[in-house]
Amino acid sequence: MADRSAALPLGATPAVPGAPAAPEERLRRDLRLIAEMIEPESRVLDIGCGDGALLAYLAREKGVDARGMELSQSGVNACVRHGLSVIQGDADHDLDAFPAGAFDVAVLSQTLQATRRPRHVVEELVRIGKRAIVSFPNFGFWRIRLGLLWRGRMPVSELLNNSWYDTPNIHLCTIRDFVVLCDALGTKIERSITLDRHGRPFSLDPRGGLANLLAEQGVFVLSGKSRD
Amino acid sequence: MSIVTAPLLKRPGKEWPGHSLVMREPLRLDCGVDFGPFTIAYQTYGKLNPERSNAILICHALTGDQYAAEPHPITGSAGWWTTMVGPGGVLDTERYFLVCANVLGGCMGTTGPKDINPATGEPWALDFPVITIHDMVRAQKLLLEHLGIDTLFAVIGGSMGAMQVLQWASSYPESVFAAVPIAGSARHSAQNIAFHEVGRQAIIADPEWCGGRYLNAGRNPSRGLAVARMAAHITYLSEAALHRKFGRNLQDRKAVTYGFDADFQVESYLRHQGSTFVDRFDANSYLYITRAMDYFDLAAEHGGSLPAAFPGKQPRFCIISFTSDWLFPTSESRALVHALNAVAANVSFVEIETDKGHDAFLLHEPELFATLRGFLTGSAEQRGLTRFWS
Repeated sequence: MADRSAALPLGATPAVPGAPAAPEERLRRDLRLIAEMIEPESRVLDIGCGDGALLAYLAREKGVDARGMELSQSGVNACVRHGLSVIQGDADHDLDAFPAGAFDVAVLSQTLQATRRPRHVVEELVRIGKRAIVSFPNFGFWRIRLGLLWRGRMPVSELLNNSWYDTPNIHLCTIRDFVVLCDALGTKIERSITLDRHGRPFSLDPRGGLANLLAEQGVFVLSGKSRD
Repeated sequence: MSIVTAPLLKRPGKEWPGHSLVMREPLRLDCGVDFGPFTIAYQTYGKLNPERSNAILICHALTGDQYAAEPHPITGSAGWWTTMVGPGGVLDTERYFLVCANVLGGCMGTTGPKDINPATGEPWALDFPVITIHDMVRAQKLLLEHLGIDTLFAVIGGSMGAMQVLQWASSYPESVFAAVPIAGSARHSAQNIAFHEVGRQAIIADPEWCGGRYLNAGRNPSRGLAVARMAAHITYLSEAALHRKFGRNLQDRKAVTYGFDADFQVESYLRHQGSTFVDRFDANSYLYITRAMDYFDLAAEHGGSLPAAFPGKQPRFCIISFTSDWLFPTSESRALVHALNAVAANVSFVEIETDKGHDAFLLHEPELFATLRGFLTGSAEQRGLTRFWS
C-alpha cells in the first residue's frame, strides 16, 4: 500500500499530550485537496490511511467522524496510538464487510494501483461511500512515457519510487484508463482534478488527451451508478 | 516426583483486601435457575469523579481475580495486571476509577461452587448452577448499579475478560463508552473447547475429586487441577516463546537421567506452574468457569448472525490480537472487526507482533501499552474527561 510515511507527525485529534499538531500546510498537497472536498461533520473512511495524517487533519479541523484502514501494522499501530480509529485490513478483502452507504465519503488515495482487484475495489468504494474520492498516479504522464520511450526502463518517479522488482504498484493505469473503467462500471465521475508534477491542480477534461499527458496524478470524485 | 503438595484451598477470610457486596435478589441465570442470594467480591483503584464518568471495568481471565494491581492475598505474587494499572499507568489510577470483580463461579470471594449452599449447609460442589459469560456480566452490571455507575467509560479485558467485554457491548451497549477486547473471540473455538475438556477430565479423573464433593471429604484434587493448569499453560505460550525461554536445556543436571524426573527445564517450569496454581484455585471453579467459556458464542445467541449481536449505538472499540496467539488467533479478532464494520461501529483493530503467545496481554509488551494509552487518551478526550481529579 502506498507509503505515506513522508507525511509529518500526527497532530492527531485527540492528541497524545505533548505531540505537535500538524499544521495544515504540512499535509501533503493531494491530501489537502481531498480534505477540501470533505464536508465538516461527515463520516469518512480513508482506505490505505498510512500514518493517519489525513484522518487526524479531518478530525481536528472539520469534526469529521474519521475512520481508517491500513495494511501495514506499523501504520495502524501509529494511528491507534494517536487516538485515531483505524483497523488493520486491505482494500481487496476488507471492504465487503461494510454495509452500503456506511460512509459519506470513502477515500482511496495513492493506493488503487497497489490493489489486486482495482475494479472490485472501485465498485466497493462507491457502494460503501455515498461518494468516493480516488487519487492515483497517472501512468500516462509525459515524463513516464518519455522515460519508457527514451531510457527503455520502467519509470521511477517521486510518486512511483520503487524499482519494478520490489514495487507494491501492480496495477498502474493512466487517467484515460481510469475513466474507461468508471464508464464500464457505470460509475459517475462527479468531479476530476488533475495535478501537475508540483502537485498544483489544473483544470482539464479528464477525457481529453492533454490531461492524460500533463497530469502526474488525478483526483476523482465518484458516486454510485451513473444515471445518465 | 510428586507434582503438588498443596493444602486445601483457604477459605476467604476477613483479612483479604477489597470489598464485597451481597445481592439479596436472585439473579435469573441462562440455565433457568434463579440464583441467590450471592456475593460479589471486588476491588477498586483510583477515585470515581463527581460526574461518575471515569469508571473502567476490568474483566479478568479464566484464572484471574479481582487483585489486578496488588499482591495476591494467598500467593503474595504481584497482581496480574500490575504492568497496566497504577498512577500514570495505561490504566491510570489518577485519572480513572477502576473496578475489578471476581467472576460468578470464581473462588476469590464471589460466590462459587466451594461456597456454602444455604439449602444444604454444605458446599455447593456440582449442585452449583452452570453459569455463562452472560451471567458473569449480569452480576457485574448489578455491582455497577450498586456503585451508582450508569455508564462505564471503558470495559477492558483479555482472553475470557475479552469475552465479557464483548458481552457487555452486546447486552448493555448504552452503558459502555469504549470497549477493549484483547486476545479474545466472539465464540470459543472447537480446539479451545477440546483443551478445556482435557483439563476438566484431568480434575475429574483425580480420585481426590470425590465426585466433586472433595471439600466435604476433606480432600483436594490438586494433582488433577495441576495437570489441567499445565496443559492449559502450554496453550498460553507459543512454540517460539517456549524455545526462547527453555530450549532443550536440562534442569540442574548435566545429562538426561533415563527416567521420568523433570530432566528438562520446560518440565520443571510446568510442574511449578501447576503446583503454585492449586494453592490459589478451586478445582470445581475451574470446571465451571471453563464451561462458561465453552458455551460462549455471541452469534448463536442472535440467530447465528454476529453483527446482530451488536445492536444499538455501539461503544468505540479497540480490538487487539497478538501474532503468536494460537489459542485466540488474529482471525478471531478479524471476524469480530468485520461484524462490527457491518454495523458501522467505530472500531480500531491492532495486531501486535510478538512471540509471547496468548499470554502477551499479561506481559511487558510496549506496543500493547502504547496502543491502549493512545486509544484510552483519545476516548477520554471524546468523553470530556480531564486528567486529574482533586
